[in-house]
This record gives sequence, C-alpha cells and structure tokens, in this order.
Amino acid sequence: MPTATADLPEGALVEMRGITKLFGRTRANDQIDLTLRRGEVHALLGENGAGKSTLMNILYGRCLPAAGEIFIRGVKTIIDAPRTAIRCGIGMVHQHFLLVQAFTALENIILGREPLKRGRIDLRRAQAEVAELARRYGLAIDPQARIGDSSVAMRQKVEILKALYRKAEVLILDEPTAVLSPAEVDGLVEIVRELALQGKSVVLITHKLKEVMRVADVCTILRNGRRIATFPVAEASAAELAEKMIGHRLPVAPAAATAQRGPVTLRVEDLYVNNGSGVPAVRGLSLEVHAGEILGIVGVDGNGQSELVEAIAGLRRITSGRVVFRGRELTNKRPREIIESGLGLIPEDRQQSGLVLDLSVAENLVLKDFRKPPFSWRGLLDSRAISTFAREIIRSYDIRPSDEDIRAAALSGGNQQKIVLAREIARDPELLVAVQPTRGLDPGSAAEIHGLLAAHRNRGRAILLVSFDLDEAHYLADRIAVIFQGRIVGILESAAADNLEIGLLMSGGGAG
Amino acid sequence: MIRVVQVRRLFATRVDGGLISASVAIFLGLAFGALILKAAGIAPLAAYAVILKGAFGKPASVMYAIVKATPLIFTGLSIALAFRGGLFNIGAEGQFIVAALAAALTGYYLQLPAAVHVPVVFLIATAAAGLWGGIAGFLKARYGTHEVVSTIMLNWIALHLQNFVVMTTGFRKPDSEASFTIRESASITLLGEWKYSGPGQSWLQDHSVVQDLLRAPVNFGIVVAVAVALALHFILKKTTAGYTLRAIGFNRRAAAYGGIDVERGLVMTMVAAGAIAGAGGALHVMGVAKNIALLTSMEGYGFDGLAVALMGNASIAGCGVSALLLGALKYGGAKMQAVLGAPSEIIVIITGAIVFFVGIPRISRELLRARRARIGRNDA
Amino acid sequence: MLEDVGFIVGTSLMFTAPLMLCALGGVLSENAGVTALGLEGMMTLGAFTAAASGNFTAGPWQAFLAAGLAGASLAALYAVATVGLGSNQVVSSIAVNFLGVGGSLFFCRVFFAGATMTPPVSLDRKIPRPLNGLFPPGSFPDLVLNQYATVYVALLLALLVWFFLSKTAAGMRIRAVGENPAAADCLGVRVGLIRSLSVVLSGAFAGFGGAAMSIALVSSFRPTLISGHGFMALAAVIAGRWKPQGALIACLLFGSSEALVVFFGDRNIPSSLLSLLPYAIALVVLAGARGTAQAPAALGLPYRRETLN
Repeated sequence: MPTATADLPEGALVEMRGITKLFGRTRANDQIDLTLRRGEVHALLGENGAGKSTLMNILYGRCLPAAGEIFIRGVKTIIDAPRTAIRCGIGMVHQHFLLVQAFTALENIILGREPLKRGRIDLRRAQAEVAELARRYGLAIDPQARIGDSSVAMRQKVEILKALYRKAEVLILDEPTAVLSPAEVDGLVEIVRELALQGKSVVLITHKLKEVMRVADVCTILRNGRRIATFPVAEASAAELAEKMIGHRLPVAPAAATAQRGPVTLRVEDLYVNNGSGVPAVRGLSLEVHAGEILGIVGVDGNGQSELVEAIAGLRRITSGRVVFRGRELTNKRPREIIESGLGLIPEDRQQSGLVLDLSVAENLVLKDFRKPPFSWRGLLDSRAISTFAREIIRSYDIRPSDEDIRAAALSGGNQQKIVLAREIARDPELLVAVQPTRGLDPGSAAEIHGLLAAHRNRGRAILLVSFDLDEAHYLADRIAVIFQGRIVGILESAAADNLEIGLLMSGGGAG
Repeated sequence: MIRVVQVRRLFATRVDGGLISASVAIFLGLAFGALILKAAGIAPLAAYAVILKGAFGKPASVMYAIVKATPLIFTGLSIALAFRGGLFNIGAEGQFIVAALAAALTGYYLQLPAAVHVPVVFLIATAAAGLWGGIAGFLKARYGTHEVVSTIMLNWIALHLQNFVVMTTGFRKPDSEASFTIRESASITLLGEWKYSGPGQSWLQDHSVVQDLLRAPVNFGIVVAVAVALALHFILKKTTAGYTLRAIGFNRRAAAYGGIDVERGLVMTMVAAGAIAGAGGALHVMGVAKNIALLTSMEGYGFDGLAVALMGNASIAGCGVSALLLGALKYGGAKMQAVLGAPSEIIVIITGAIVFFVGIPRISRELLRARRARIGRNDA
Repeated sequence: MLEDVGFIVGTSLMFTAPLMLCALGGVLSENAGVTALGLEGMMTLGAFTAAASGNFTAGPWQAFLAAGLAGASLAALYAVATVGLGSNQVVSSIAVNFLGVGGSLFFCRVFFAGATMTPPVSLDRKIPRPLNGLFPPGSFPDLVLNQYATVYVALLLALLVWFFLSKTAAGMRIRAVGENPAAADCLGVRVGLIRSLSVVLSGAFAGFGGAAMSIALVSSFRPTLISGHGFMALAAVIAGRWKPQGALIACLLFGSSEALVVFFGDRNIPSSLLSLLPYAIALVVLAGARGTAQAPAALGLPYRRETLN
C-alpha cells in the first residue's frame, strides 16, 4: 500500500521526533524522526550498530532518550517502562525472547493479565480468547505446550500473541527472521501481512534487504545513528537500499583458497549425542573435514550444532558413533586430551565459554597451556614467560589496549574475540572448530577475524566453521554442509551453492 | 565432565567490597549494635568501652584476643579460599570439629616423642578435615548438590559424631562430659608445663609482664596461621593450582572449555578448604583446649569464619585483620556479662549486622548507575 | 505393636509440623527467586518470640502470631538488602541467621534476667490439642490424631499454599518472577514488590514453624531448640523440587527420622548416633535430588531492570 512520505501526521499512530540517545560518547540515535501508521509495515533497515534496536527500545520504554518526543495518537507521551508502552498499545518481540521456559504457551501469554473467576485463574476463558486471536491472525500454536520444549518459530508466535492479547496496535519485531528457516520465514511473512491487513502497524527491524523488499510498505534506513532516508519500498531497488544502508561499496567476492585440500583430518562417523534434556540432538551425523579446507556447517540454531561441537571437544558425552582425529580415536576422551591432540575451539559465546573475564589478558592467553613449560615449571607459574608471550601475541594480532595485565572484561567485543582466536591459532591446531566467530562484531572486526581464519586454512590446517549466517559461510567456507535435525542433509561446494537450495535443505525439504 | 558445566549456578558467588566498604560495614554494624543495646536499656558507649578495655586493657588480654582469633584466621582463610574457587564453604564448622576430634584421639592414644607427635597429630587431623570437606566437594561435582546445604548437614553430622565418640567409655573422662586430655607430647602451648612448675613460677614472679602475657594459653597456632596465610597467598598467585582454582571460581564454563578438569578442581578446593579449617581445629585442641567436650550446639568457629572472610572481602590479608578484630570483639564482649550484666550475645548481633552491611553492594555505585540510565548515558 | 506404629506415626507428624511450616516459607521465597537460607534465623527468632510472649499473652494464638510477626520483621530486613539493594543472597542469609540467633539469645537474657532459657509456658498458654479426650488415651487413633493444633494448621496451610501457587494469578506471578523476572517485568508484573512480599511471608511462616516448636513440641525456648531445623526445611524444599507437595513428603521423611530417634532413644542405642540420622538422611536425599535442574531459573540472582546498550 504505497503511502506518501512521512511528515504528515494524519493517520499516524506513533510519531517520534528528534530522538537522541547516547551511550558514553557514542550517539546511538541522533535526532531521528519516525512515523508509524495504521495498516502499514514499516521496515527499519540498517547494519549492526546502526541504532535500530535502540530506537525501538526507546519506543518500548526499555530505555529513555536523552532528547526528543514521542506522540501516540497525537498525544505527547513519556514512555518510561515497557508496561507503559503496553498500555499505549505498543508490543515488541525481542531478538532474545522474554518467555518463561517452565510455563506453557498459554501461561506466558496471559501473565500479568490473567482472567479471573472467583479468585482462580480462568484457564478456560484464557484459552478461548487466545484461540480466537490465533485464528484471526493465523498464529497456530499449542497452548498447553511448555515453552522450554517448543521450537523457536512457535515461541515467536507466542510472543506475537502476547502482544496481541494486550491489544497492541503497534507491533515491533526485532530481527525476527534471524532464527527462522526459510520456510518459517514464509510463515512469518504471511502473519505480518495479515496483521497489517487487520489495521495493525508493524515495525520490522532488520538488516536483510530481501525481507524488506518482500514484506514492507515503507522503509526507513538508519546508518551510524542517523536517519538517512524514508521512502515507500515500491519506489526503491535493492541496490539503492544497500547503498544507503552501507554508505559505500559492497564487500568483494570471497577470498580464494590458496592451499590444496589435503587428507582427512577429522572424521565423524554416525554420531549420536543427547542434549541437556536427554533427547538426541545429534542423530547419526557423519562428516569429514580435510586439511587445507574450511567446512562450513549451516543450519537454523537448535538443529544439533552446539551438541556436535561439544561432543567433538569432549564436553558432552557421545552415546554412539565415533570421532576420529588424524587417525586417533577421540570419542569421549577428556577435553584436556583432545586439546593436546591438536584440536582448537572458538566457542559460540566468548564471554561465557571462551574467556575468564576476570583474569588478565595474559592469563586468558595461557588458559590452555599454563600447565606446561615455558609458562610453568613443576607447578610454579613463570610470570615473565607468560608476559613475554602475551605481549608478542598482542603485538602481532593488534589487540587493543595493549596492556597484557588488564582484565579481559575491559576489552571490546572485537578485541575479546581476537584474544580467543589468537590463543587458539597460536597453538597451531590441526583442526580449529570455530562457532559463530564474528557474532556481535562490527564489520571491521569481523573482516579481521575472517582474514585470520583464512590464513590458518592457507597454512594447510583444517577448520570446521559453524555459522548461522549464510553469507559468512559462503564467504569463508570451501564446502558447505547443511545440518537439519541432527544430521547432515547435504554437502555442497561453496562456490556452486545456491541459497535457495541451501534454504530448502535447512528446513528439511531436501533429499537428506 | 559436562555435568559440572551444565549445572546452573544457584548463587552468584561474587562478593563485592573493598577496604572502604568493610570499614563502613563495621562502623554501621557497631551502630546497629548500639541501637539494640539502647533498646535493651544498656548504655552503648559504656558497653563498647568494656569491650575495648577487655580486649586491649592488659597484655594478657591482647594475648587472649590473639588466642581467640587464631581459629578464626583458619576458618576465615578456609572460607576465603573456597570463595575464590567459586564455592561457599559453610562447612568450616564441621571440618573444624572433625579435625578437633581426630587431634584429641591421636593426641591421647598415640605415644610418640614430642617432636614427632605434634606433626603427626596435626597431619592426621588436617587430613581428616580435608576428607570431610571433600565429601561436600564430591557431592557437588558428581551430583550437583549445592555445597551450602550439604555442608550444613555435614556440620551437624560431625557434631553428633563427635558427641558419640566423646561419650564412649575409654575415651570419656569419668564423671565428665569431656574426653581425656591429650598427652603433653602433643601439646603446643608455649612453655606449657614450665609456667606451672616450681622454678617457672618463681621466675615469673620476678617478671610480671611476661607472667601476665603467659596467663593466656599462648601457643604456636598463630605462627602456623600466619605461615598458612602466606603460603595461600603465594599459591593463589604463583602456582598452577592457584590459577586453576581462580579460573574455576571466576568462570567454570570457560575453565572447562579450556581443558581444566572442573570436577576435580572443585573437589580439591573443598579438600583444601577443609584441611585449612581443620588445621584450626587441630591447633585449637593442641594449644588451648587439650580435649574435646560434649557439644550441645555449634561453637561457632565456622560461622564466625564466614564473618571474617566476608569482612576481609575474601582476601588473605583481609582475613587476618578481620579475624583479629572479631577475636578481640568476642573476648572483650565476654566481659560484658560480668561487668555490666549485659548479654554478651550482642557480639553475635553486631557480627550479623556487619555481615549484613558487607553484603550490600557499593550503594553509591548503584545509585550512580541508576541515575545515568535515566539520563540516557551508559558506559557500555 | 500397633501402639508402637501409632506412636511413631503420631510423633512423626508432631515433628513434621514445624518443619513443614518453615518449608512452606522456603517454598514461597525460593519460587519467587530469593534464596531461603535465612530460615534458620527466622525460625529461631519466631521460637523465642512465641515462648517469650507465651508468658505474657492471654492465649497461645497471640503468641503464635507474634512469632510470625517476628519472623516477618527479620525477613523484611532481608528483603530490603536483597530485593531492594541487590545484595548477595547467601551473604545476607548468613547475616539473618546471626541476627536471628543472636537476637533471640540477647533478648532472652534481657527479658528473663540473664537466663538463656525462657520460663516454661503453662499448659493453657501452649498450643492446644483440639482432639484431646476424643479417643481413649494410648490407643492407635489417639496416638496418631491427638496432635497439637499446629499440626493441623501446617497441613491446612500446605494445602492453601499449593492452591495459591498453582491456581491463582498471584501465585503464577510469583513463579514467573522466580523463573524470568525480566519477562515478567516487561509485562507489568511488579518484580520487586512480589519478591519482597514473598520473602516477608516466608519469614512469617518460618516464625510459625519456630512457634510450633517452642510452644507446642516443648514448652520453652532454649538455645539448642532449633539446631538446624531451618536448614532441614530448606533441604526439604530442594528435595521436594520447590513444590509444596514435594516439600511435605520430604518433611514427613525428616520428621519420621526424628520420631525414630525418640522411639529408639529409650532402647539403649546411643542417642548421638540417632541424632545424626535426620541430617544424614537429608544429605542422602539431597544427593539423590540431583542438584538444581528444576530450581526456579532465576533463583539467587538479584534482579535489576537492565539498561540496554
């Protein structure tokens, strides 16, 4: 539904004027204006760190602006907390869902607005109301299912229903497709269209051009905290959008591999691994990684990637199958032994699993080798040797700030990730397992990480890359393996791989 | 292996504080105590004066205070070490009891020359306590049982076990509720026999200061305490064992990913903590009590050690200072009943209040952060 | 033989009541996400308050309520520190235990001329036995059912707490706040208020539990009365998977082990060995409960509304 460009307050449900927000010295939002209208899907497009989530968090009351005003239906409103926003008819589905895992879908939806009958919760009425909403907007859910056991797509629907149950007129969806398979994305598109049709105003926070083109009516582009442009999607091309979003040339084609693919370094045979609830997450998975190659595993989060990595690293028990590393059996060996055999791991969460934030940079760098010379001798640490080593690493990897004695917590995300990488690569592992190595990093840092990984591969080593970002996989990997429900359902040469085909495999639609 | 990594941290172990915070907490604790005293109709300043005079009035008092503080240094260090390793060792009380029991048994039943007897008793008692601590560590590592509740249960089991042993004929001193005393060869009291002997008494008559000092059961315990404290400091900073403990204490998951055997680390931490608390118990029996008695309730060394460790912000030096402070408070506080007719339990209340205030994170930082958030600034 | 069984069952119920009351407090507090390690101190203070007031009040129920008030007051301090100021909950619990135990002994000495034991409460001021005289004394129904009223109060309250937590909106909000306070906060649930109220209520229940010991089980307060029962109640909560029904079963288990101590205590088995039985059983049960897999997800973590970056 093409509409005239913003500025006309007519029919505007929400108007944000001159919103400014500072984080330290960074201007996360700089004098941003935004208008949201009924029945309109408004995409908020921009790269990581452009300020999209911040702007919407201000609208939802999760933080306060330093300057600017918000008008709801023409009335100036101060939104100081999410419950105020909800009362104003604004609902938000965050990237990390805010759901109570132990409760059922129904309980999550009615929490805080429970229908009562004689002092008890009237579950029957709740169920009826929710069922009506689900029917009206095409959001099929199982209200009795425990959220902890539900799929990501299901949880997302529950979050949307939560907002609708509270009579939201404005629905903000923060990167909703990040965790969905292509088929589930189709489902979401339908839902969004239905919501708009029924007069809701939908805001889509995203960095994916294709989604914008597919479902949005209007698009506002943010870059570095500023609003660059707002215009109807029908009047723009993907290239235009991309250019405005990034502000400069798009990155070049993937780096070519300069090493030959060698012998098999890691072989996984028919692996079975259970997840934390005792349910098999890896179900008969087999793969091979060769020296001199990067094998990228892509798939929607929750299809067994975490369990696979943990099993290989010895952090999770393998119930059946084998892991063979350069001819040696590594199945269910202790992590220490696996590390000593030449396996390196860059875990998914650098702050939880990769670093001990309260230890110094130097101490983190020797986390895997502190027990051996030159870093220690007969149980005594050699601080000078550790310092020398740390300083060398900091210099060659350009880690900032360059003081090896400060706590790792003081460094930025990108530098923290570099510490993890440096630690692993410095040990020159024959196989490096890298999970989401550029998660949460700005493009500059991400590029550095990519370069380091490629260089490691070029030295003839093997890398097993697990990524939820298809673009990253395309860019880095030589071969792409698609994981679905605990098994590899297809392996493609990266250069020849087609996103459509990959998407199909990711959502179970392949021959796998 | 993965069990330990998966076990959710029930309690956030970080204790936040510093020299300023501890002093403020102590001041506030004393103020709270004053309030309670006032409510009970007792003049607070007079009461505190009694405590001060009681603890520092005479050289003997200072010695008594040190003697009283010594076990607290050990239990405090034990708990501080466990804190650093990510564990709450509420079981210091039970570990103390187990070591005391072992020391009393080996001190009485074994017949060895003094030079050998003392180290043997000390080692056996400390090992027993280490084992006791290890039980809780094992339960945590293997079954994920939270060490706070399991060690509390172990405390009571130790207490009743001790009572059982004390009352068995052969060990029990007839017509008493205590055991036989340990042999002289196992005693570590300084000049113990001598100061009661004939020539000893007459020499002391002429040297009143020393006589006064020796009134208290001065023993080597304090020397061992200082040595243990120094050793711990060194171990934590400079050894691989210390690194392992600190890494596990800060981030169990990352430590596991780094190849550290977390299960083993947790058990070893509890064993070490148990041994240190036990050292206190062993030395107490060997230097002060000389026997063990029927316990109707916990004596409190372990719980006071908690206060010591918290006041000292889990640092080695902090434990030493806090232990001396608390020892002085307890010794001086005991005088209150006699001098003022005021209940000495006020010391327990003051200790509780101090711990209460120590637990509150730096209030100024909290307020500052809240204020910044409102204005839209955040040092992310 | 039947008398022996009756005696054991009856005594078990008698010992279960104080544990159950205290455990209900633990259930409320921990389901809301706040550690209930301070139950021991609150129970002790409650026991003292009941026995002390029992000497001055007209009847037992005033003393019973006073005990609840005392426990609730101490819990209020705890709530201010943990919910209000974000203190480490284990540390604050330790403080509560010191304060509760120290305070009880201190005021005992102050009010009762330096004694550490309160004067015994007369029979008419103790908790009554409503079914007394209904059955022939010494018979099986008499042994089992002729209990102090606190036993029935405990069972009734257990039922009420179960209903409250599982069927009412307030109960659901308490559980939500203990599982994911951020989610609840977004939906307008007042996290701080609910946690504080749960904590204060837990103190009241712990106080009732103490009263069930000092003016029912026995007739006075003395320093060795509580001796770890507060912690045992917490162990029951954990073993019972944070549900009132489960806690009740665990408390029955602990209560019966205490009853067995009394039963065999007259028969020449060293009392110390028997005394350690309840604690040993608690330990075994805890180990079997396999840690914290079912604990409320946000238990022990202070909640502060996140400022985002």
